Amino acid sequence: MPHDHPDHDHDHHDHDHDHDHGPFHHEGMSPSGHPYRHDNDSPLTYWQRMEIAVRELLIDKGRITAAEIANQIEAMDARSPTNGAAVVARAWTDPAFKARLLHDASAASREMGFDIGPLNLIAVENTADTHNLIVCTLCSCYPRNLLGLPPDWYKTRAYRTRAVREPRAVLREFGLDLPANTTVRVHDSTADMRYLVLPARPAGTDTLTERELAALVTRDSMIGTGLPLRP
Amino acid sequence: MAERVRVKALTPPGHVRAPWYLRGREGVVERSLGNFHNPEQLAYGLPAETKPLYRVRFTMAELWGPAAENPTDTLDAELYGHWLEKARTHAA
Repeated sequence: MPHDHPDHDHDHHDHDHDHDHGPFHHEGMSPSGHPYRHDNDSPLTYWQRMEIAVRELLIDKGRITAAEIANQIEAMDARSPTNGAAVVARAWTDPAFKARLLHDASAASREMGFDIGPLNLIAVENTADTHNLIVCTLCSCYPRNLLGLPPDWYKTRAYRTRAVREPRAVLREFGLDLPANTTVRVHDSTADMRYLVLPARPAGTDTLTERELAALVTRDSMIGTGLPLRP
Repeated sequence: MAERVRVKALTPPGHVRAPWYLRGREGVVERSLGNFHNPEQLAYGLPAETKPLYRVRFTMAELWGPAAENPTDTLDAELYGHWLEKARTHAA
Protein backbone atom coordinates (compact mmCIF):
# COMPACT_ATOMS: atom_id res chain seq x y z
CA MET A 1 0.00 0.00 0.00
CA PRO A 2 1.49 3.33 -1.05
CA HIS A 3 0.13 5.09 2.07
CA ASP A 4 1.34 2.62 4.60
CA HIS A 5 3.29 5.28 6.48
CA PRO A 6 4.91 3.10 9.13
CA ASP A 7 7.20 1.58 6.52
CA HIS A 8 7.30 4.36 3.98
CA ASP A 9 10.24 2.70 2.24
CA HIS A 10 8.99 3.59 -1.21
CA ASP A 11 10.04 7.15 -0.37
CA HIS A 12 13.27 6.47 1.40
CA HIS A 13 14.81 3.31 0.05
CA ASP A 14 18.29 3.85 -1.24
CA HIS A 15 18.33 1.69 -4.32
CA ASP A 16 17.72 3.79 -7.36
CA HIS A 17 15.41 2.15 -9.84
CA ASP A 18 12.67 4.36 -11.22
CA HIS A 19 9.60 4.55 -8.98
CA ASP A 20 7.36 4.48 -12.02
CA HIS A 21 8.39 0.91 -12.56
CA GLY A 22 8.50 -0.03 -8.94
CA PRO A 23 5.99 -2.16 -7.09
CA PHE A 24 4.05 0.86 -5.76
CA HIS A 25 3.18 2.56 -9.03
CA HIS A 26 -0.50 3.26 -9.64
CA GLU A 27 -2.16 5.11 -12.49
CA GLY A 28 -2.82 8.74 -11.53
CA MET A 29 -0.31 8.70 -8.70
CA SER A 30 2.73 10.92 -8.35
CA PRO A 31 6.13 9.20 -8.32
CA SER A 32 6.02 9.30 -4.52
CA GLY A 33 2.73 7.43 -4.53
CA HIS A 34 0.29 10.25 -3.79
CA PRO A 35 -2.76 11.08 -5.90
CA TYR A 36 -2.54 14.09 -8.17
CA ARG A 37 -5.04 16.76 -7.27
CA HIS A 38 -6.39 19.54 -9.41
CA ASP A 39 -5.39 23.08 -8.57
CA ASN A 40 -8.35 24.97 -7.16
CA ASP A 41 -8.50 27.50 -9.97
CA SER A 42 -12.19 27.06 -10.75
CA PRO A 43 -14.36 30.20 -10.75
CA LEU A 44 -15.67 31.60 -7.47
CA THR A 45 -18.99 30.25 -6.31
CA TYR A 46 -22.02 32.46 -5.78
CA TRP A 47 -21.47 32.47 -2.01
CA GLN A 48 -17.76 33.20 -2.29
CA ARG A 49 -18.58 36.25 -4.43
CA MET A 50 -21.27 37.24 -1.93
CA GLU A 51 -18.81 37.02 0.98
CA ILE A 52 -16.23 39.14 -0.82
CA ALA A 53 -18.85 41.72 -1.83
CA VAL A 54 -20.26 42.05 1.71
CA ARG A 55 -16.79 42.20 3.25
CA GLU A 56 -15.60 44.88 0.83
CA LEU A 57 -18.77 46.93 1.36
CA LEU A 58 -18.36 46.78 5.14
CA ILE A 59 -14.77 47.96 4.79
CA ASP A 60 -15.64 50.68 2.23
CA LYS A 61 -18.36 52.04 4.47
CA GLY A 62 -16.04 52.12 7.47
CA ARG A 63 -18.05 49.64 9.53
CA ILE A 64 -15.10 47.34 10.03
CA THR A 65 -11.43 47.35 9.02
CA ALA A 66 -9.46 44.72 7.15
CA ALA A 67 -7.18 44.49 10.20
CA GLU A 68 -10.14 43.69 12.46
CA ILE A 69 -11.21 40.89 10.13
CA ALA A 70 -7.67 39.47 10.04
CA ASN A 71 -7.42 39.70 13.84
CA GLN A 72 -10.72 37.89 14.31
CA ILE A 73 -9.64 35.10 11.96
CA GLU A 74 -6.39 34.78 13.91
CA ALA A 75 -8.30 34.66 17.18
CA MET A 76 -10.59 31.94 15.82
CA ASP A 77 -7.65 29.91 14.53
CA ALA A 78 -5.85 30.29 17.87
CA ARG A 79 -8.61 28.53 19.80
CA SER A 80 -7.71 24.94 20.40
CA PRO A 81 -8.70 21.94 22.49
CA THR A 82 -6.10 22.95 25.07
CA ASN A 83 -8.68 25.47 26.33
CA GLY A 84 -11.22 22.74 26.96
CA ALA A 85 -8.51 20.50 28.41
CA ALA A 86 -7.69 23.17 31.01
CA VAL A 87 -11.35 23.30 32.02
CA VAL A 88 -11.52 19.51 32.34
CA ALA A 89 -8.32 19.33 34.40
CA ARG A 90 -9.64 22.01 36.74
CA ALA A 91 -12.85 20.02 37.21
CA TRP A 92 -10.79 16.90 38.02
CA THR A 93 -8.85 18.69 40.73
CA ASP A 94 -11.43 21.06 42.21
CA PRO A 95 -14.78 19.51 43.22
CA ALA A 96 -16.41 22.90 43.79
CA PHE A 97 -15.42 23.99 40.27
CA LYS A 98 -16.71 20.71 38.86
CA ALA A 99 -20.07 21.36 40.52
CA ARG A 100 -20.18 24.84 39.00
CA LEU A 101 -19.17 23.44 35.58
CA LEU A 102 -21.98 20.89 35.61
CA HIS A 103 -24.43 23.56 36.78
CA ASP A 104 -23.43 26.26 34.28
CA ALA A 105 -20.52 25.43 32.00
CA SER A 106 -20.52 28.85 30.33
CA ALA A 107 -20.04 30.66 33.64
CA ALA A 108 -17.41 28.17 34.81
CA SER A 109 -15.41 28.59 31.57
CA ARG A 110 -15.56 32.38 31.84
CA GLU A 111 -14.44 32.08 35.46
CA MET A 112 -11.23 30.47 34.14
CA GLY A 113 -10.71 33.45 31.86
CA PHE A 114 -11.82 31.92 28.58
CA ASP A 115 -13.59 34.37 26.30
CA ILE A 116 -16.34 32.12 25.03
CA GLY A 117 -18.56 34.90 23.73
CA PRO A 118 -22.28 34.18 23.85
CA LEU A 119 -21.72 30.42 23.94
CA ASN A 120 -24.35 28.47 25.91
CA LEU A 121 -22.32 25.54 27.09
CA ILE A 122 -23.51 22.35 28.80
CA ALA A 123 -20.99 19.93 30.30
CA VAL A 124 -22.03 16.27 30.45
CA GLU A 125 -20.12 13.96 32.75
CA ASN A 126 -18.81 10.51 31.94
CA THR A 127 -19.05 8.23 34.96
CA ALA A 128 -18.41 4.58 35.75
CA ASP A 129 -21.70 3.65 34.07
CA THR A 130 -22.39 6.48 31.59
CA HIS A 131 -20.63 7.56 28.41
CA ASN A 132 -21.61 10.72 26.54
CA LEU A 133 -21.21 11.44 22.82
CA ILE A 134 -21.78 14.76 21.05
CA VAL A 135 -23.08 15.24 17.52
CA CYS A 136 -24.88 17.87 15.49
CA THR A 137 -27.14 16.08 13.03
CA LEU A 138 -28.43 19.29 11.44
CA CYS A 139 -25.10 20.92 10.64
CA SER A 140 -21.80 21.21 12.54
CA CYS A 141 -22.57 22.87 15.90
CA TYR A 142 -19.48 22.54 18.09
CA PRO A 143 -18.13 24.48 21.09
CA ARG A 144 -15.60 26.31 18.87
CA ASN A 145 -14.96 29.03 21.41
CA LEU A 146 -13.59 26.40 23.78
CA LEU A 147 -12.32 23.62 21.49
CA GLY A 148 -11.41 25.44 18.26
CA LEU A 149 -12.54 24.26 14.85
CA PRO A 150 -14.30 20.89 14.65
CA PRO A 151 -12.49 17.97 13.03
CA ASP A 152 -13.56 17.29 9.45
CA TRP A 153 -15.17 13.96 10.34
CA TYR A 154 -17.47 15.71 12.81
CA LYS A 155 -19.13 17.47 9.86
CA THR A 156 -19.52 14.42 7.63
CA ARG A 157 -22.90 12.94 6.85
CA ALA A 158 -21.57 9.56 7.95
CA TYR A 159 -20.76 10.71 11.48
CA ARG A 160 -23.88 12.86 11.80
CA THR A 161 -26.26 10.09 10.76
CA ARG A 162 -24.53 7.15 12.40
CA ALA A 163 -23.77 8.75 15.80
CA VAL A 164 -27.48 8.89 16.63
CA ARG A 165 -28.41 5.53 15.17
CA GLU A 166 -25.47 3.27 16.04
CA PRO A 167 -23.25 5.19 18.46
CA ARG A 168 -21.61 2.03 19.80
CA ALA A 169 -20.52 0.92 16.33
CA VAL A 170 -19.15 4.42 15.67
CA LEU A 171 -17.27 4.38 18.98
CA ARG A 172 -15.77 0.98 18.16
CA GLU A 173 -14.39 2.47 14.96
CA PHE A 174 -12.76 5.14 17.13
CA GLY A 175 -11.22 2.34 19.18
CA LEU A 176 -13.66 2.53 22.09
CA ASP A 177 -15.51 -0.69 22.80
CA LEU A 178 -17.93 0.06 25.63
CA PRO A 179 -19.31 -2.67 27.86
CA ALA A 180 -23.01 -3.44 27.42
CA ASN A 181 -23.80 -2.21 30.93
CA THR A 182 -22.47 1.28 30.18
CA THR A 183 -25.30 3.61 29.18
CA VAL A 184 -24.53 5.64 26.07
CA ARG A 185 -26.06 9.09 26.04
CA VAL A 186 -25.91 10.82 22.66
CA HIS A 187 -26.46 14.58 22.61
CA ASP A 188 -27.70 16.16 19.39
CA SER A 189 -26.86 19.90 19.38
CA THR A 190 -30.01 20.89 17.53
CA ALA A 191 -30.42 24.48 18.74
CA ASP A 192 -28.72 27.01 21.00
CA MET A 193 -26.64 24.83 23.32
CA ARG A 194 -23.14 23.51 22.74
CA TYR A 195 -21.76 20.49 24.57
CA LEU A 196 -18.54 19.50 26.27
CA VAL A 197 -17.96 15.99 27.56
CA LEU A 198 -16.31 15.93 30.97
CA PRO A 199 -14.40 12.65 30.69
CA ALA A 200 -13.68 10.52 33.73
CA ARG A 201 -10.29 11.12 35.30
CA PRO A 202 -7.97 8.24 34.42
CA ALA A 203 -6.76 5.94 37.16
CA GLY A 204 -3.21 6.35 38.40
CA THR A 205 -3.19 10.15 38.14
CA ASP A 206 -3.39 11.02 41.85
CA THR A 207 0.03 12.62 41.96
CA LEU A 208 -0.26 14.66 38.75
CA THR A 209 -0.58 18.43 38.74
CA GLU A 210 -3.47 20.20 37.06
CA ARG A 211 -1.18 21.09 34.14
CA GLU A 212 -0.02 17.49 33.77
CA LEU A 213 -3.62 16.31 33.87
CA ALA A 214 -4.61 18.77 31.14
CA ALA A 215 -2.02 17.17 28.84
CA LEU A 216 -3.98 13.89 29.08
CA VAL A 217 -7.24 15.46 27.86
CA THR A 218 -7.63 14.88 24.13
CA ARG A 219 -10.02 16.66 21.80
CA ASP A 220 -11.85 13.41 21.11
CA SER A 221 -12.30 12.74 24.82
CA MET A 222 -14.24 16.03 25.03
CA ILE A 223 -16.44 15.06 22.05
CA GLY A 224 -16.95 11.59 23.48
CA THR A 225 -15.29 9.66 20.66
CA GLY A 226 -12.29 8.88 22.84
CA LEU A 227 -10.99 8.65 26.37
CA PRO A 228 -8.25 10.71 28.01
CA LEU A 229 -4.70 9.45 27.63
CA ARG A 230 -3.21 7.38 30.44
CA PRO A 231 -0.21 8.77 32.25
CA MET B 1 -40.77 17.25 36.50
CA ALA B 2 -40.03 14.46 34.02
CA GLU B 3 -42.83 15.55 31.77
CA ARG B 4 -43.58 13.19 28.87
CA VAL B 5 -43.80 14.97 25.55
CA ARG B 6 -44.22 14.12 21.90
CA VAL B 7 -42.53 15.93 19.05
CA LYS B 8 -45.18 17.14 16.65
CA ALA B 9 -45.23 15.15 13.43
CA LEU B 10 -45.42 18.22 11.22
CA THR B 11 -43.68 18.86 7.92
CA PRO B 12 -43.79 22.64 7.50
CA PRO B 13 -41.80 24.27 4.70
CA GLY B 14 -38.71 26.33 5.43
CA HIS B 15 -36.00 26.30 8.08
CA VAL B 16 -36.83 24.28 11.19
CA ARG B 17 -34.63 22.82 13.91
CA ALA B 18 -36.69 19.77 14.85
CA PRO B 19 -34.81 16.90 13.19
CA TRP B 20 -36.89 14.62 11.01
CA TYR B 21 -35.90 11.50 12.94
CA LEU B 22 -37.46 12.86 16.14
CA ARG B 23 -40.82 13.89 14.73
CA GLY B 24 -43.69 11.94 16.24
CA ARG B 25 -41.38 10.44 18.89
CA GLU B 26 -42.01 10.60 22.62
CA GLY B 27 -39.50 11.48 25.29
CA VAL B 28 -39.18 13.18 28.66
CA VAL B 29 -38.11 16.73 29.36
CA GLU B 30 -34.56 16.48 30.73
CA ARG B 31 -34.34 20.18 31.56
CA SER B 32 -35.73 23.56 30.56
CA LEU B 33 -33.20 25.87 28.96
CA GLY B 34 -35.02 29.20 28.98
CA ASN B 35 -36.25 31.31 26.10
CA PHE B 36 -34.46 31.76 22.80
CA HIS B 37 -35.28 33.60 19.60
CA ASN B 38 -37.12 31.36 17.19
CA PRO B 39 -34.67 30.20 14.48
CA GLU B 40 -37.56 29.63 12.08
CA GLN B 41 -37.87 33.43 11.83
CA LEU B 42 -34.22 34.32 12.44
CA ALA B 43 -33.24 32.24 9.41
CA TYR B 44 -35.13 34.68 7.16
CA GLY B 45 -33.98 37.86 8.89
CA LEU B 46 -37.45 38.35 10.36
CA PRO B 47 -38.14 39.78 13.82
CA ALA B 48 -38.06 36.63 15.96
CA GLU B 49 -40.15 36.07 19.03
CA THR B 50 -38.64 34.08 21.87
CA LYS B 51 -39.73 30.51 22.45
CA PRO B 52 -39.05 28.19 25.38
CA LEU B 53 -36.39 25.62 24.62
CA TYR B 54 -36.15 22.19 26.24
CA ARG B 55 -33.78 19.28 26.26
CA VAL B 56 -35.82 16.17 25.59
CA ARG B 57 -34.46 12.67 26.25
CA PHE B 58 -35.52 9.76 24.06
CA THR B 59 -34.63 6.11 24.40
CA MET B 60 -33.01 4.45 21.41
CA ALA B 61 -35.89 1.94 21.52
CA GLU B 62 -38.34 4.82 21.01
CA LEU B 63 -36.35 6.20 18.08
CA TRP B 64 -35.35 3.05 16.23
CA GLY B 65 -37.68 0.32 17.50
CA PRO B 66 -36.38 -3.23 17.17
CA ALA B 67 -33.44 -1.91 15.10
CA ALA B 68 -32.07 -0.06 18.13
CA GLU B 69 -28.45 -0.91 18.79
CA ASN B 70 -29.04 -0.88 22.56
CA PRO B 71 -32.65 -0.05 23.54
CA THR B 72 -31.87 1.72 26.83
CA ASP B 73 -29.19 4.05 25.47
CA THR B 74 -30.53 7.56 25.10
CA LEU B 75 -30.53 10.54 22.79
CA ASP B 76 -31.00 14.10 24.06
CA ALA B 77 -31.96 16.91 21.70
CA GLU B 78 -32.99 20.53 22.07
CA LEU B 79 -36.53 21.24 20.94
CA TYR B 80 -38.60 24.40 21.03
CA GLY B 81 -41.85 24.40 22.97
CA HIS B 82 -43.98 24.98 19.89
CA TRP B 83 -42.75 21.65 18.50
CA LEU B 84 -43.85 19.70 21.59
CA GLU B 85 -47.21 18.45 22.76
CA LYS B 86 -48.23 16.43 25.77
CA ALA B 87 -47.57 12.77 25.12
CA ARG B 88 -50.64 10.68 24.56
CA THR B 89 -50.72 7.97 27.16
CA HIS B 90 -49.94 4.66 25.54
CA ALA B 91 -53.38 3.27 24.72
CA ALA B 92 -52.23 0.01 23.20
